[in-house]
Amino acid sequence: MKIHEYQAKHILSRYQIPVQKGEVATTPEEARAIAVKFGKAVVVKAQVHAGGRGKAGGVKFSPTPDKAEENATKILGMDIKGSKVRKVLVTDAADIAKEFYLGVIVDRAAKGITIMASAEGGIEIEEVAKDSPEKIIKVVADPFMGLLDYQARDIALALNLPSDKVRGFSVIAKELYKAFVENDCDILEINPLVITEQGDWLALDAKLVFDDNAEYRHKQDFQALRDLDEEERAEIDARVAGLSYVKLEGDIGCVVNGAGLAMATMDSLKLYGGEPANFLDIGGGAKAEKVTAAMRIILTDPNVKAILFNIFGGITRGDDVARGIIAGVEQIQTEVPIVIRLVGTNSEEGRKILGEANLRSAETLMEAAKKVVEIAKQREAAN
Amino acid sequence: MSILVNKNTRLIVQGITGREGGYHTRQMIEYGTPVVGGVVPGKGGETAEGVPVFSSVRDAVDKTEANVTIIYVPAPYAPDAIIEAADAGIPLIVCITEGIPVLDMVRVFHHVKRKGSRLIGPNCPGLITPGEAKVGIMPGFIHKPGKIGLVSKSGTLTYEVVNALTLKGYGQSTAVGIGGDPIIGTSFIDILELFQNDPDTEKIVMLGEIGGNAEILAAEYVAKHITKPVVGFIAGQTAPAGKRMGHAGAIISGGEGTAAEKIAAFKKYGIEVADSPAQIADII
Repeated sequence: MKIHEYQAKHILSRYQIPVQKGEVATTPEEARAIAVKFGKAVVVKAQVHAGGRGKAGGVKFSPTPDKAEENATKILGMDIKGSKVRKVLVTDAADIAKEFYLGVIVDRAAKGITIMASAEGGIEIEEVAKDSPEKIIKVVADPFMGLLDYQARDIALALNLPSDKVRGFSVIAKELYKAFVENDCDILEINPLVITEQGDWLALDAKLVFDDNAEYRHKQDFQALRDLDEEERAEIDARVAGLSYVKLEGDIGCVVNGAGLAMATMDSLKLYGGEPANFLDIGGGAKAEKVTAAMRIILTDPNVKAILFNIFGGITRGDDVARGIIAGVEQIQTEVPIVIRLVGTNSEEGRKILGEANLRSAETLMEAAKKVVEIAKQREAAN
Repeated sequence: MSILVNKNTRLIVQGITGREGGYHTRQMIEYGTPVVGGVVPGKGGETAEGVPVFSSVRDAVDKTEANVTIIYVPAPYAPDAIIEAADAGIPLIVCITEGIPVLDMVRVFHHVKRKGSRLIGPNCPGLITPGEAKVGIMPGFIHKPGKIGLVSKSGTLTYEVVNALTLKGYGQSTAVGIGGDPIIGTSFIDILELFQNDPDTEKIVMLGEIGGNAEILAAEYVAKHITKPVVGFIAGQTAPAGKRMGHAGAIISGGEGTAAEKIAAFKKYGIEVADSPAQIADII
């Protein structure tokens, strides 16, 4: 789960990581009031989950309260990569002498937690990784001992920090690692981490992504920090229904059991010139109600011209799925055509149930994919 | 022959009295898997699904000489269950559980390695040597004994491919689901090595998906160390960047882990790539 910069900074402030003073405003007047209260130049920053806020014009230096209000007017309501800006963070402006990158990630290859740093701060680390990977310093922490003092010092040395800055940096690196572990993060980064003209360390921007699997031990935090405005309505409904759903741009709805097969099903549509409207995994052992819920969610997308069910019964039973489809068709009263491919556990019973309700089914995934693409194209042409 | 599990497997089930654990234990026994016991803390001395239940893995190992365990314990307790099995010296641990926090898995991975056990999963369907032992949740009836080795990150996608192979008359030596999480106990490379050394595996099928670079490392390994033909498929060509596609590990982040780069690596290192899961059987 992603959270906003101001929320991430709030978490960092509970550790020995220096962050600027800052408050959130939802109106230009509030932004002005905060600037007046701070009594100095501020920066007004859009709070959306999307990256690239600066490039999109969502971060503006504001030397006076008038300017802060004006900038907040411009930024609030702005669209940044599909996210509407509803909040801005108003913070103290800092005089930057030097910028760095400091981040902690789960490193799949190293099977561990890796601390990454670079003297190329302020730009996206992926860019640095692509263009000049040698400028990224990586240290893997031992999962039982954590990030050690000498490892933090090693990073500082590799960054060529002046000797009077090494200690301060080491504290921040170790605290960031601690925050990462204690909060079950997937990603926690400070970019840029700066040394100010006054010689102080400051975390100027922060990004935090929680590990969704750890929600059970951070229930309150997750609830308090989740921003439903940043999510698709259908994705929220799917989560509540226990389904894994991602909205896409195409016009063929997909209902599949299993994540790998769901992706392969989407790819099969593409093979025949179709475009998937979504990824949807009903999970293992789904009962009829879940299947009906999946149909309901898919049909909230007005682009959907046809739906493909691809079910390979294992723990999931074909007859349960068939009953769910029939209940869905009855309850939702949709005109959207449905193509079903049902194999595996209890698939014969399932096909029989579907046949009695005059629902078409296909033998193989390829046959089903071809058929549903044809139907979607016909409906597109008929419009 | 086969890899990892066979008729000499002596399997215990951790979480045997749970809904999932009970159901799948019945299925595994029905398939003919040698299930010798179950473990549920506090229920030692009872019987479940016709086998004795023990309160600890160590006790189960002492009494049954179990050499494989399968774990159906809910995510908050699964890391403890895996470590308990490793500490009891079980050489092969299969964890079906989905939803284990990744930081738990980092510690579990290194602990299991230190103890010298092999962990398969988590978030996987398990593994099956057709006709001998089914240690997992896959539908047994689609499999057939034979000479194709399968290794995959996914469950139902593997069933799809196995089904197509069986229908075309190609049986399987062993089919292994390694799991869809970012940190898993056993990698593609580990299984490829086992298949290479298994005299009865003639060809290998490798099913990958978006996220991470395990498939790319595996392709490099194939070029260097695998002399048997390998056919591959990568799911997620139509997946958008930055969105998690069901599996915790299936996410393109920072432009890395795309299907396109994995397919390119497969081709570069001599792995024949199928356009669709069904086409794998045609290529074989």
